[in-house]
Amino acid sequence: MSILEVQNLSKKFGGLTANQDVSMTVEKNSITAVIGPNGAGKTTFFNMITGVYQPTSGIILLENEKLNGLKPHVVCQRGISRTFQNIRLFNEMTVLENVMVGMHTHLKAGLFGILFNLPTTRKEELATEIKAYQLLEYVGLDSFLNEKACNLSYGAQRRLEIARAIAASPKILLLDEPAAGMNPKETKELTQLIKKMRDEFNLTVLLIEHDMKLVMEISEQIFVLDHGEKIAEGKPEDIRNNPKVIEAYLGSGAVHAG
Amino acid sequence: MKALWKKYKQNKLAQGIFLLIYIGVTSLSLFLAQKSVTAFLLLLASLLLLYFTSFKNLTKWLIAGVVLVFLLPFTASNGDGYQSYMEVATLVGIYISMALGLNIVVGMAGLLDLGFIAFFAVGAYTYGIFATAQANNFMPFGHFPLSGESFWIFILLGCFVAALFGVLLGIPVLRVKGDYLAIVTLGFGEIIRIIFNNLDRPLNITNGAMGLSSVTPPRLFGMDFIYPSQFYYVVLVILIFTIFTVLRFEHSKIGRSWKAVRENEIAAQAMGVPLVKTKLMAFAIGASFSGMMGVVFAAKQAFVDPTSFTLLESITILVMVILGGMGSVPGVILGAAVMTILNLQVLTEVTNWLNQLSTSGAISIPDALSPSKMQRMIFGLLLILFALYRPQGLLPARNRKYNEKALQKGSKGAAGETIPEQSPIEKAQEV
Ligand SMILES: Nc1ncnc2c1ncn2[C@@H]1O[C@H](COP(=O)(O)OP(=O)(O)OP(=O)(O)O)[C@@H](O)[C@H]1O
Ligand SMILES: [Mg+2]
Repeated sequence: MSILEVQNLSKKFGGLTANQDVSMTVEKNSITAVIGPNGAGKTTFFNMITGVYQPTSGIILLENEKLNGLKPHVVCQRGISRTFQNIRLFNEMTVLENVMVGMHTHLKAGLFGILFNLPTTRKEELATEIKAYQLLEYVGLDSFLNEKACNLSYGAQRRLEIARAIAASPKILLLDEPAAGMNPKETKELTQLIKKMRDEFNLTVLLIEHDMKLVMEISEQIFVLDHGEKIAEGKPEDIRNNPKVIEAYLGSGAVHAG
Repeated sequence: MKALWKKYKQNKLAQGIFLLIYIGVTSLSLFLAQKSVTAFLLLLASLLLLYFTSFKNLTKWLIAGVVLVFLLPFTASNGDGYQSYMEVATLVGIYISMALGLNIVVGMAGLLDLGFIAFFAVGAYTYGIFATAQANNFMPFGHFPLSGESFWIFILLGCFVAALFGVLLGIPVLRVKGDYLAIVTLGFGEIIRIIFNNLDRPLNITNGAMGLSSVTPPRLFGMDFIYPSQFYYVVLVILIFTIFTVLRFEHSKIGRSWKAVRENEIAAQAMGVPLVKTKLMAFAIGASFSGMMGVVFAAKQAFVDPTSFTLLESITILVMVILGGMGSVPGVILGAAVMTILNLQVLTEVTNWLNQLSTSGAISIPDALSPSKMQRMIFGLLLILFALYRPQGLLPARNRKYNEKALQKGSKGAAGETIPEQSPIEKAQEV
């Protein structure tokens, strides 16, 4: 069953076409990868799904409901949350608070409740703290709970971003190059984490990644973008041997030479 | 020495005794002296000392309450300086409230606002217009000035009108970001002042540059409020309300979303924080404190005119926030207190002292160089020094520390083996 459907999505920045007629269907509960050389338009594609950019044309459907025109925070409420290629944490806030912000859409406290510290508000705050802490335990950052986010190591920051995204209890999690800058050991742990999250949270994961080992290991479906266009899709083994993909990555001539 | 200091920091009894002696000595000297600004300032400084003790929060609040409600007014009441002390204390309270409001906008939500005094003006005019005969000019019904009893309702009204203005200004202003926002808010602040300055034609609403005079004093149980020593208590109540509100908001969903927006707008939005609503809320709540204090200010001065609401005032409040520590509630309180006292007491006292010296012929200082005339230069120097040596302010903002042990326990209790599947918040609420 599909959860996310994208039809003929295009994005132009002035004269530059970042995405051209991209269509894809993402299966529910799958791990799907979007790959492609630098500047292929992958991040732009994510930005359109999450409402950061409005597509020039084409439609985006989440469980058959249109997402076009929605503000990013509404897209989050609808059940899509994400991480960023260039990490975007709330640097001066603590690790725990970062995750607590992730739960924003699920908190019901109103002005009145906050002002008078009503029992329901207090209970909700406590539950939020505990859930945030559990998520930190989940990604192995619980001992850093009171640390400022900017003081974490690079790999830890990436994991914190994931914990924050999960805190929104999304249906779909978009990860933009989650392994970038990680060492092989961290990448391996990350691979396990993504799989585990998918299973335990009943998630659909859509990820952009340049680390082909990771991509081939965890994805069930792969889409390949090049120059803004989708040039291939299929299972990892199909993609590995697809001449168009090899050409896109290595330049023309590589297929014949190899 | 260091060891002694360490011991002191751990020993609550020693802290308590020291604080008690300090408060005792300063309040006694304030009581005995006819007019001693030093004693007055030192007694106020006991609150700072109190802040650094390791008592429980409730204890600190109670002690601060006793000092501010009883001790300070009582010990000051003995000398000639009584009303002038209370005037200073009242203004300190007013400025702290405003600085705390601006701190929400600038410190927490990260929106640089250079026209913040506008909301104070809105509050002041809200009361000023209806508590003088002015309103007769344009209101077809009703008889003005309203009675002094209405003042108490106007405090609330000032709060809401200022919040409304915060939203109305915010909607167009928040389309721009960063430096542009600063310029646009500066413009709006000036526009409001100029409107008040010119709204005497065609319909005389504000009485223009002449201002509104003989504003009805507040009245409670047949007693008129005319002295600073009376307004002191009004301000104290509003100030305590302000501080509580700010602390509540800071550690709530809303406070977190303000900080998230400040730290990273794009990420905040992606996590479901509505940008416009969050920023407007910061504007409105920040403005509301100023609105209330504006009402009090109008009543206290018994006179309102546009010259009280200039750009310099907006900047002064901003400086209080920056000196105190952006985003830090105790810091901003200290910053506002220090700046106000510096401005009202220290600079004028030093000027008086120098004047005395020059009249007695000891030294001669040209009038242009008197410290009270150099207020802006001194503030400017202070700002530069802080920017260079202590950019986070006097008491830098600190994040709340969460109790790891309690969370560990909570986490085990709530979850069984691993994390619950969907939203455990809802689950926790059911329990
Ligand atoms: N806001 C923007 N304005 C103008 N051009 C943009 C904008 N965002 C992206 N682009 C351009 O669109 C193209 C695709 O960029 P995008 O970031 O989507 O690539 P990518 O596949 O994510 O690359 P990488 O692997 O390097 O992250 C690039 O040429 C980029 O310069
Ligand atoms: Mg990218």
